[in-house]
Amino acid sequence: MLTKRWLDHDRGGYVLLGVLAVLAVVVPIANLAIPDGSPLHLSTFMVTLLGKYLCYALLALALDLVWGYVGILSLGHGAFFALGGYAMGMYLMRQIGARGVYGNAELPDFMVFLNWDKLPWYWHGFDTFWFALAMVVLVPGLLALVFGWLAFRSRVTGVYLSIITQALTYALMLAFFRNEMGFGGNNGLTDFKELLGFDLQSDTTRVVLFLTSIAALALGYIACRYVVTSRLGRVVAAIRDAEGRVRFTGFRTHHFKVWVFTLSAILCGIAGALYVPQVGIINPTEFQPLNSIELVVWVAVGGRGTLYGAALGAAVVNYAKSTFTALLPEVWLFVLGALFVLVTIALPRGLVGIVARFRRAQHA
Amino acid sequence: MREHGERDSDDWAREDPLPGGIDAPHKWILYLDKISVSFDGFRALNNLNLYIEAGELRCVIGPNGAGKTTMMDVITGKTRPDEGEAFFDGSVDLLEHTEPEIASWIGRKFQKPTVFVNHTVIENLELAGLRDKRVWPTLITKLSAQERYRIDATLRTIGLLDHATRPAGALSHGQKQWLEIGMLLMQNPRVLLVDEPVAGMTRQETEATAELLNGLAGEHSVVVVEHDMEFVRSIARRVTVLHEGHVLAEGPMDAIQNDPKVIEVYLGE
Repeated sequence: MLTKRWLDHDRGGYVLLGVLAVLAVVVPIANLAIPDGSPLHLSTFMVTLLGKYLCYALLALALDLVWGYVGILSLGHGAFFALGGYAMGMYLMRQIGARGVYGNAELPDFMVFLNWDKLPWYWHGFDTFWFALAMVVLVPGLLALVFGWLAFRSRVTGVYLSIITQALTYALMLAFFRNEMGFGGNNGLTDFKELLGFDLQSDTTRVVLFLTSIAALALGYIACRYVVTSRLGRVVAAIRDAEGRVRFTGFRTHHFKVWVFTLSAILCGIAGALYVPQVGIINPTEFQPLNSIELVVWVAVGGRGTLYGAALGAAVVNYAKSTFTALLPEVWLFVLGALFVLVTIALPRGLVGIVARFRRAQHA
Repeated sequence: MREHGERDSDDWAREDPLPGGIDAPHKWILYLDKISVSFDGFRALNNLNLYIEAGELRCVIGPNGAGKTTMMDVITGKTRPDEGEAFFDGSVDLLEHTEPEIASWIGRKFQKPTVFVNHTVIENLELAGLRDKRVWPTLITKLSAQERYRIDATLRTIGLLDHATRPAGALSHGQKQWLEIGMLLMQNPRVLLVDEPVAGMTRQETEATAELLNGLAGEHSVVVVEHDMEFVRSIARRVTVLHEGHVLAEGPMDAIQNDPKVIEVYLGE
């Protein structure tokens, strides 16, 4: 019914939030309270790996919001993730201070190496954490706003839109590879020491970052769920199904598309900002088109248009990737390609679809 | 705007269906005057005049290529004419407004029913009936009792009360057409443009549709574009025949049926 509230009848959402709540309790205990050597101990490596999956899940959630609900197949969402990551990376670089290899308190190592004598203007402000946080949201958000406005107002849709989003992330990758850009060129930003004064290598900091990622994914899920169950959600779903008809009903459809696209980009930026301190590096390969395409595969595998399915897909595919790249690194790309083809043909509703079918079979 | 006196009298007598001596276009809910549209040299509309009274139910007929669709495109702002004037409600110049603006006054039902198949019947009506169609209001507002009341009233009018919570994709072809008319009604337009409402309908559905459209006239002005002559006969009080982009004849159905020009180009086919 129309009046149903945003978490009613959302079994998948409850399962997701429940799993996150359990992880938020179990992981810190298993890592910090249970001594090293006990079979129940969880290594810090695993905590960080899980934290990474959570960031990927938030990224997948953001893509599902635009792809599953508005029908915008973006093949450049990795760009927003990387930009959020760079904003956080710039803050972490400034935190290094004089502890770099060259011991220069004014400039990051790579700028000293390039014989630069002063900080470029766009690096100013990144000494402040709050400024960096604002940039994590604003940079991807503004890019999405401008890009979306131009694309959707000109009624660019379907495969053409996918191609230009792909071009966007590719162009950004080429730009960030250049040393002259001032973002560390192909090495990117790395060798981070501290976040808000906390040592990034310590177990406690890792656990706090993990918990922050859990909170971000949970809040991101609730925010997306609120949007898709609102009237706006019904409008954008109608845009996905028959945009011309919605326009004729009196809605300015491009406003809605730009709005959701921007929200999605902001969520990607937040995911990127949480990802960088956990993996300890951000470089231009994060912009590579392959990343954005993999992201689409996660969502497709999990189940498009369900939100929780996207989070599940991100976790499952990345777990598979971790396993395969360790055992048979050369096979992974074939597995990824096969996965996408198989899911498209055999499981149009993804893993979530299997569960739903199984439940229906039980009821019957 | 041209004054009444500027028109030559012959022109007036032939083309104005209801010469009343009142200064045009203030009398009409919909006023198209000397509209011409060309596409790559092809004149889709050629000096078309159409005047609709408030509360009228008008049928527009004509063979393929007569310009019926182009005429509706002009009225709804989709196509801008090369020449001519188009006014809504006497003083609103349709040529100076955008498609979404016009959509709030003039509702158009397309030939092919395009309802939102994944939304329920109620949701379809809700979306169409939203008063404030900007982004923020749609995000934060909920269905109000008043909106619910309007939706119920519309469901009764279109006869879909029993199907309210079904997905629109599960409706029959005829029911989809009615839902689409209901969506137009939710927008509370002064004028309804209805393109081939009974194409592909069963006999009973056609009869129900005739009853529905007849019931709407009066409160709304209804313009129906239709091929089905039987249907036109059953609903129309006044018929306009289009041919090669202009009005060939206009009048009551009986007079139209016996008009030799009409028989030649259309009915005689």
